[in-house]
Amino acid sequence: MDSTGPDATSSELLEVEGVSVSLSGRRILDDVTFGVRAGEFTGLIGSNGAGKTTLLRVILGLQRPTAGRVLVLGAPRSHRNRSMGYVPQKIMLDPDMPLRARDLVALGIDGNRFGIPTPSRQRREAVDEMLHAVDAEGFGDARVGTLSGGEQQRVLIAHALIGRPQLLLLDEPLANLDLKSGQEVVTLLDRIAEEQHIGVLLSAHEMNPLLPVMDRIVYLAGGRAASGPTDQVVRDEVLSALYGYEVHVHTLHGRILVVAGPMEESGLPPDPSLKAV
Amino acid sequence: MHWVFEPGFFSSGPVHIACVVGSIVAIVSGVVGVFTVMRGQSFAGHSLADVATAGGSGAFLAGVSPLFGFVAGGVAGAGAMEMIGVSRARGRDLATGIVLGASIGLAALFLYLGTTRSSTTGASQQILFGSIFSIVSSTIPVVALLSVLCVGIMALVHRPLLLSSVSTDMAAARGVPVRVVGLLYMLALALAVGLSSLAIGAILSTALLIGPAAIALRLTKRIGWAMVTACVTGVGAVLLGVLLAYDSYYWSSSHAYWPVSFFIVVAIFLGYLVTELPFIRTSTTRRNETRASTAPDLDSMSRVGSGQSAGPTR
Repeated sequence: MDSTGPDATSSELLEVEGVSVSLSGRRILDDVTFGVRAGEFTGLIGSNGAGKTTLLRVILGLQRPTAGRVLVLGAPRSHRNRSMGYVPQKIMLDPDMPLRARDLVALGIDGNRFGIPTPSRQRREAVDEMLHAVDAEGFGDARVGTLSGGEQQRVLIAHALIGRPQLLLLDEPLANLDLKSGQEVVTLLDRIAEEQHIGVLLSAHEMNPLLPVMDRIVYLAGGRAASGPTDQVVRDEVLSALYGYEVHVHTLHGRILVVAGPMEESGLPPDPSLKAV
Repeated sequence: MHWVFEPGFFSSGPVHIACVVGSIVAIVSGVVGVFTVMRGQSFAGHSLADVATAGGSGAFLAGVSPLFGFVAGGVAGAGAMEMIGVSRARGRDLATGIVLGASIGLAALFLYLGTTRSSTTGASQQILFGSIFSIVSSTIPVVALLSVLCVGIMALVHRPLLLSSVSTDMAAARGVPVRVVGLLYMLALALAVGLSSLAIGAILSTALLIGPAAIALRLTKRIGWAMVTACVTGVGAVLLGVLLAYDSYYWSSSHAYWPVSFFIVVAIFLGYLVTELPFIRTSTTRRNETRASTAPDLDSMSRVGSGQSAGPTR
């Protein structure tokens, strides 16, 4: 089932083991366990408030779990971990902010270092190369704040990738994009995962745009998770157990629809007011 | 009637000191101010100025150089704001407002006592609105030292601070100690406010901090150039202000120097108005906006699909 090289199956890049998070008495995540492998595209799927962002923050070390642990390349993650690239959900930048797309990408090389950067040809070439890799060379000299959502997303991906991470985490990159831009970003990420042999973990509230590229899924509901190959997780019995009530999985023209409540024979929900997830 | 400046301008000691101190302060303000404007923290700068007012008036009352009071007040204010900000975000606005009110109240008391003691109204004028011509030459080394410290901090945190300004989560994920960097920046801001207070007064200090930086952000796309532009604009405004203030002695028959701060602030304001002119804004921002609105062409899309790329290989 894995489309990766021979050395990839043996070791997991990222292991999340029994992670629970409680914030001010409320349980956000409950015993979440899954792994991400090199060269694989993993979708972290859940509705708003399911705990996707909290889980990503735990993996990044920005949030301490109440229980459980996160292993990166087999070791507990340290604070200054260079092996992970992160693309946040949204950045709010003023169009006046004097930061060109290429400057933001360059900050991915050495943005954590103290002192004044020394411009070098090598650095410049690395940035040019990365802008080309994400099809952003056309707006490399534009201010980041003036770019569209899809263009910003590419620049942020380039920023995360230029540090040569082995794992790329993206928080809802499709949330603010139109369908076409979203599809382009997904295709781009799939290509990068394969070419650079890195693991991609992408959170989204909708799984359908990811179906063509998603190798594995982590399905979050009510703070709990089910994970594995997509076709083994997105099934009536697995998701019903996860939600704690009866849900059904339908395939409609290649799209997956998860619907709550008992079913009639027709294969469509009897009551259109029932919640679609 | 005379032309442009009075001949004694270049031979006057106080004018020399004013030009040197004013230029140094404008450079520091330009470097720090670009980040202040970019991070949307001009209110933080103004808050520090309020606390610096209390410090400066206290120092005046105690008979030491107001500069020490400005800087001490600013640094204490930065520390207080950091503590308030960290403990609870919800009460921050309220707590900041109350602290600022208390600071200005304290300044009112100090200035009143200072005025009664020295039986002159010069104290308020000097602390609140500055008096760059009354700076003594022994202050210059202190100004230089604090400026080097301030610019040094900004050079040290430049990249982590820039990344934190884009997104604190991105910076933290990259291993940036976000809180330490933020604290160092607040320290630099406090120093800049203190120095600026010395030049144009505590109340007006943020004008020199924010104005040239705001002008620079209109004109440049790169942070390095923005800093250079802000420094040049600030120095220009200060020198022009000093020149006109010196000259103003001859403007009316009453022979009184108009305040330097007035000319500096007006020069900055006029500069800002000029950058608001449509054709100047078009040359930088508009072009990018048009560029940004065009969708990626079909050619680049097909390249995504075919997997043909010159991207970095491992």
